[in-house]
Amino acid sequence: MESLTNTIQSVPLNHYILLSTIIFSIGVMGVLIRRNAIVIFMSVELMLNAVNLLLTAFSVYRGDASGQVFVFFIMALAAAEVAVGLAIIVMIYRNTNSVDINVLNRLKW
Amino acid sequence: MSTFYFIAFLSIFFSILVISAKNPVHSILYLILTFFTFTVHYILMNAQFLAIVNFIVYMGAILVLFLYTLMLINLNKESEPVKPFMVKFAGVFGGGILIVALVASLKSMGISNPVILKNPDLGLVKNLGKVLFNEFLLPFEVSSILLLSAMVGAVLLATKDPKAA
Repeated sequence: MESLTNTIQSVPLNHYILLSTIIFSIGVMGVLIRRNAIVIFMSVELMLNAVNLLLTAFSVYRGDASGQVFVFFIMALAAAEVAVGLAIIVMIYRNTNSVDINVLNRLKW
Repeated sequence: MSTFYFIAFLSIFFSILVISAKNPVHSILYLILTFFTFTVHYILMNAQFLAIVNFIVYMGAILVLFLYTLMLINLNKESEPVKPFMVKFAGVFGGGILIVALVASLKSMGISNPVILKNPDLGLVKNLGKVLFNEFLLPFEVSSILLLSAMVGAVLLATKDPKAA
């Protein structure tokens, strides 16, 4: 385990921020370009995970365990969000026979 | 050091595949691979508790939930309708603008210090448990109420209305 953790010794913090930025933006793009509601949910999960990784990197950088506890809470929240969101998607599918979000444009008015 | 860059490349590669795969089942499988690379990131930072929780909760529970929902919803009769090219281009362009804005603000910070694990047992279960059950005891209990209400809400939403049926 020692040799494993020594591998990050020379990675600058900026590179972690860069990685999380790119993955978060990929999640944003996924929300914008897809029409399948389930894939949009998966893109939201991607964004949540990018934030989790950045929180952990900051926590290790500062030597403060609070960041990792926050990641734990975000994971609990993501589980709750996915359960409710997928139930809503199942209900929408039952009513409209589709998970295409363009069917739901009545929500606009 | 090069391990980090290799895993980071894999994370970005698989997350691009998640949003570009035509078949939603393939998207979920690529998402599992992406989360696995995140687990490797946590292990590299010696955050063992988060690595295990990420493995069990995300890859084990949440993605299986996604797969089940996708199989309950019968999507194979028509392929997914695609957005017009201009909308896709606008989406990618907007995401690219977000990357550029964040990277530009990052550039103004200058060179950062390397991430060094000062305390090797920072992310171990023992250390995190002490923090979780001392300072964060109230949020921990509140999150149990959150999970309970989410469970009740999911059951309420997903069951059929007996009057309508």
